[in-house]
Amino acid sequence: MQTDVNSSAVVPAAAPARPRAKPRQTPSPARATGRLLIGLLLAAFAVFFIVPILWLLLAATKTDPQLVRSSPLSFGSWRALRHNWDALTSFQGDTILLWLRNSTLYASLALVITLVAAVPAGYALAMTEFRGRRALLVITLVVMLMPATTLVIPLFLELNALHLIGTIWSVVLPYSFYPFGVYLTYIYFGTALPRDLLDAARIDGCTEFGAFQRVALPLAAPVVALVGFFSFVANWTNYFLPYVMLPSSSQYPAQVGIGLLLTDVPQFNPTAGTGAVLRPELALATLMAITPVLVVFLFAQRFLITGLLAGATKG
Amino acid sequence: MAGYLILLAAFGIVPTAYGIYFAFTNAGNYFAGLSNFTAAARDFRYLPAVGHVGLYLLIWLVALVVFVIVLALVLHQLPVRRISRMVRFLYYIPGALAGAASVLVWLFMLDPTVSPAAAFLRFLGYGTFGQVIEPGHLAILFAMIAFWTGAGGWIVVMCGALNNIPVELIEAARIDGAGGWSIARRVQVPMIRKWIVYMVILAFAGGTQLFVEPQLISSASLGVAGRDYSLTQLSYDFAFQNNNVNYAAAISVELLVVSLIVAAVFVTRSRFFDAN
Repeated sequence: MQTDVNSSAVVPAAAPARPRAKPRQTPSPARATGRLLIGLLLAAFAVFFIVPILWLLLAATKTDPQLVRSSPLSFGSWRALRHNWDALTSFQGDTILLWLRNSTLYASLALVITLVAAVPAGYALAMTEFRGRRALLVITLVVMLMPATTLVIPLFLELNALHLIGTIWSVVLPYSFYPFGVYLTYIYFGTALPRDLLDAARIDGCTEFGAFQRVALPLAAPVVALVGFFSFVANWTNYFLPYVMLPSSSQYPAQVGIGLLLTDVPQFNPTAGTGAVLRPELALATLMAITPVLVVFLFAQRFLITGLLAGATKG
Repeated sequence: MAGYLILLAAFGIVPTAYGIYFAFTNAGNYFAGLSNFTAAARDFRYLPAVGHVGLYLLIWLVALVVFVIVLALVLHQLPVRRISRMVRFLYYIPGALAGAASVLVWLFMLDPTVSPAAAFLRFLGYGTFGQVIEPGHLAILFAMIAFWTGAGGWIVVMCGALNNIPVELIEAARIDGAGGWSIARRVQVPMIRKWIVYMVILAFAGGTQLFVEPQLISSASLGVAGRDYSLTQLSYDFAFQNNNVNYAAAISVELLVVSLIVAAVFVTRSRFFDAN
């Protein structure tokens, strides 16, 4: 049972849609009420989850007075959106675009290093025997279950001693350490990859590395994509680590940047001085900061909701 | 393999050791026993922070377990699969706003002057932003933000786990006369218990680290919420405001020990990670 849950969780092909039991009873009044209640429950939660995002989309199209006076879920105007955009991008001269560039740079670099490090490691843990394998596995699992923030202050002390604070590596390298990716690929290779296939490749003259590169890796494409997805989203949305590691606001990623913008919004912080940021501009900045992740979500939608995600999420 | 080992050593093991070293030494690098721990614990901000985080965890975990299980069960038995998939995706979308973005969105949601739920907030008797985010409300508000970004992913996971329960098992229970409720309680929930435990563990460990929510709220609350609401904030303040990295490391090590214990118990007891 245990393996069954795990393997079908990570392998899309192993989890075919099972035929569902058909409802047999004829509808009765009690049943209809039950359905209505279920519908209401689902709708109420849909409102809770979606309305804030809708509001955010619409707020970016309003002026600040419109934000207060007009109906919260109404569209403002394209002109106001244009105006907010201009005001936002002129804030400290294009800073918002710089922050987005930083986010992209950090998350992408980390993504590449993560995949290069994690996928072969998961493969080696699953397919080969070596001394310390068991210990390495346990350490990986334990570190994986530790929230990433736990080590931020000790990491700061370590990187400070190495004089790396304030460089992009102080963010990129800790991001690149992604034990969860090792775990996912380990489970995949351990349960879903037929060893016969690798043996066949070896008989055909493949080296160890060739077997990995030509046979195992192509088969693992979905799980590699999944690791990449989680790594990218986790790193893009990380706040605490760059907040601690990067002293200069020109190095901030978007997440930390919008936090800085917040302190310049007079309605939330009366001490905000001149050159204040208006609320619709903050809404637009937030929107820009999340757009890349939203796009990734939309692309990943299919594998995310087919149940593939079971066994594949962290916090 | 080598790449991962280097990363594991450099950003997993060495910082852990380094944190422990700082936690047990003083500013002059002499062994200090537990004095950093006791001194940090005697700080006037320490106990309140523990209380805040504890209350937040309680609300967040109860809400997470109850609502995620109920919603997953309901979504799982929807007769039309397409609707079930669509709803799951809708619930999952706020996950894209994890971190600072979710806090900013909720600042707006909690400000009666601009919130779409302004009528509801006024109905509860809160006319200003300051009243909504008064200190007594913070635990529940942070739990709500965490639920908003995190619950959808877990609902997807639970639905996946429910899909893996053999249909024959449900049929057998039904033939034995079990209704929807007792199937859920006696068959489905026990069958996905492992996943529920996994969720609780990760949510608990993550929750102890509460930082970005109180940090941003404190910079936007007109001084209502302090900078030292959570333990992680306190550790940050020790390191960067009070220039006392030893106290900061002591708190980091405490949080580390909590999550290590939780993780170790889970890894050894659940056999969750055995691939074969």
